[in-house]
Amino acid sequence: MARPRIDRRKFLAGVALAGAAGATSDGVKAATPPVIEKVRRPSALRPSAAVAAAETETPQISVKPSGMPGSDFMVDVIKSLDIPYLPSNPAQSFRGLHESLIDYGGNKKPEFLTCTHEETSVAMAHGYFKIAGKPLLVLCHGTVGLQHATMAIYNAWCDRVPVIVMGGTDLDASKRPPGVPTFHSAQDVCALVRDFTKWDDQPVSLQHFAQSFVRAYKLAMTPPYEPVALALDAELQEMTVHDRAKLMIPRYVPTTPPQGELNAVREAARLLANAEHPVIVADKCARTANGVRLLVELAEALQAPVIDQKGRMNFPNTHHLAQNARSRALIGEADVILGLELSDYWNTVNAFIDNGEIDGTGLQESHIKPTAKLISVSSVLLNTKSNYQDFQRLQVVDIEMAADAEATLPALIEAVKQALPSSRKAAIEARGAGMKKSWSEARDRTRQAAAYAWDTSPIGTARMAMEVYAQIKDLDWSSVGGDRQLSSWPSRLWPMEKHYHHIGGPGGYGIGYGAPAAVGAALANRDAGRFSVNFQPDGDMMYAPGVLWTAVHHSIPLLTVMHNNRGYHQEVMHVQRVANRRNRVAYAGKDLGPIGTRIENPVIDFGKLAGSLGMWSAGPITEPNDLAPALKKAVQVVKAGEPALVDVVTQPR
Amino acid sequence: MIVRALIVLPVTMFFALGPAAAASAEHGKVAFMQHGCWQCHGTVGQGSIATSGGKRLAPDPLPWETFSSFVRSTNRAMPPYSDKILTDGDLEDIYAYMQSIPKPLDAKTIPLLNP
Repeated sequence: MARPRIDRRKFLAGVALAGAAGATSDGVKAATPPVIEKVRRPSALRPSAAVAAAETETPQISVKPSGMPGSDFMVDVIKSLDIPYLPSNPAQSFRGLHESLIDYGGNKKPEFLTCTHEETSVAMAHGYFKIAGKPLLVLCHGTVGLQHATMAIYNAWCDRVPVIVMGGTDLDASKRPPGVPTFHSAQDVCALVRDFTKWDDQPVSLQHFAQSFVRAYKLAMTPPYEPVALALDAELQEMTVHDRAKLMIPRYVPTTPPQGELNAVREAARLLANAEHPVIVADKCARTANGVRLLVELAEALQAPVIDQKGRMNFPNTHHLAQNARSRALIGEADVILGLELSDYWNTVNAFIDNGEIDGTGLQESHIKPTAKLISVSSVLLNTKSNYQDFQRLQVVDIEMAADAEATLPALIEAVKQALPSSRKAAIEARGAGMKKSWSEARDRTRQAAAYAWDTSPIGTARMAMEVYAQIKDLDWSSVGGDRQLSSWPSRLWPMEKHYHHIGGPGGYGIGYGAPAAVGAALANRDAGRFSVNFQPDGDMMYAPGVLWTAVHHSIPLLTVMHNNRGYHQEVMHVQRVANRRNRVAYAGKDLGPIGTRIENPVIDFGKLAGSLGMWSAGPITEPNDLAPALKKAVQVVKAGEPALVDVVTQPR
Repeated sequence: MIVRALIVLPVTMFFALGPAAAASAEHGKVAFMQHGCWQCHGTVGQGSIATSGGKRLAPDPLPWETFSSFVRSTNRAMPPYSDKILTDGDLEDIYAYMQSIPKPLDAKTIPLLNP
């Protein structure tokens, strides 16, 4: 058995503690450090001359190492890029930088936001960017933390959103502590996410770190925007910089987004200007308020209908050229289709019917005329990764520009205006008049559709959407969650005109994105003085509900309205479809749906869940007439600067 | 009792228009839930653009022949339900339930839909 080691400083401190403990209760005495009890020594040892000198004289050498900690320099680099927040879960492998961020950086720009899961950290950064247009920095263990973060990084990759992820590691096996720190180190931590990050590096010196951090930021912010990763060596963080002046921080200069080649732009404009039935389809097109304005200008020049696939807030739904309600018919009769940053061009002009036909794969149908001309502007062509299939099926198009759509719009608008023959002016005006009529009719049909199931319990999703809107319509609001899960009622019924009125979906459809992305977006809206609301699916919430605590802890105002259909609804039909094809019944358990797809028995009380994390909450609400009073109170809480949650038991979609 | 009376009337009409067998809207609602119809069509057949292409089953369901034929033989996104997994009796009762669902209010009379 090893003998207890006696450290003089700890020993003297222990003696003092033991003396104090002797005068207190038994309980306190029980807490006395065990080392004291094992050592049978006098209460004080006579110090040697050397020890006495060391204890009483002014030290010749400072306890602190001279110079600057390496991680302080890292903070200088990070601050040069004006990154406002750092959502992270603490981890030993970045302790040096963590301490520097607090004590050297003052916990400002970036401010550390305490997260309970690395997936949450990245998704918060994802949502933040889609409102603020600025990337955040996420720190994590390079191994276990990055493993948690991967799905959220993949979502950001598929959604073309920049996030800077740094994973701590301890490269030098001869120096790093054994045990946990070694479990948490790897030769190449970024290998885990290399398939779905735009760039990564493992800096081996502080100057290398400065160069790579600025490069990472620059690449992440060059369309197509994407996440990037850096390995953060522990030794670099904790080394001493003896001559700070020799270290240089490269100046960040934004890269000009790639624009469509001029001849291709002109040819696209010629086709559009002369088309009888042009259609514009936009997915992740508008990056800014100016992007929305430009798309309106292009559509109005042509009086062409716009189908907004809602990867971003591309086009005001109050505009008469917003024609989502007739998307299938318009694409079917189109002679020219312009696709702007489409995630899936094939699926825009074709259909896949999951009916098991054609050797079990399903029907594939073209939805366009054989003579239709297809134009694409997308920066995603500039990505060159091959493993993950986010590039979707290959769709052959007639003009393809590897370019950023928003950056290309000014040239395309100008070219269209020049290409429009005066002889077509009357036809274009007539097209616009037809669009006004169909827009108005579609609006009336949508409102009437919302009236169905208006008074049901579980509560209809249209009713839920409009009860919320009634409470926030006079505020500067921002919808920070996806709404496809609830039949897109907010996008169909609420007037969405500003670039922050909705933020699109998760990109890669990795579930667990919704709640943290909404909190991240709400953080950006908080700084802009806006009111944020999120319709939150129940299944998505349960992946990492700790983000509710983060919202409370950092006073991030957000109204979360649970779309609680008590199931993984998306998966129900997959099981049902296969069971039906096989003439079998998938409902064999106690739940009201195929086994494995329902969240009931017991049902989850999201009000209590939020309450346990410190959040104001109400519900579960099952009757539609009970919604308004609860929502009214919740809105007051959010307006006062805190988050609130209302649990609504709903229809499936 | 009032509810029962409301249900009886359309079901009586259904006998004239639909299958010969007696049908129960009350049991049809249970079957509608148990067989998972509600998952895509909503508990009152209101439909959804996300799961039924925006098509509604009720009120005013398709004629019985069209309705039952579609359920048995569709090859589109909705899978077909054979009589092995959905009996004729249950299907008839589901149809009766669809027939029993009242019309919605006119959207113009709902203040929340006219902000």
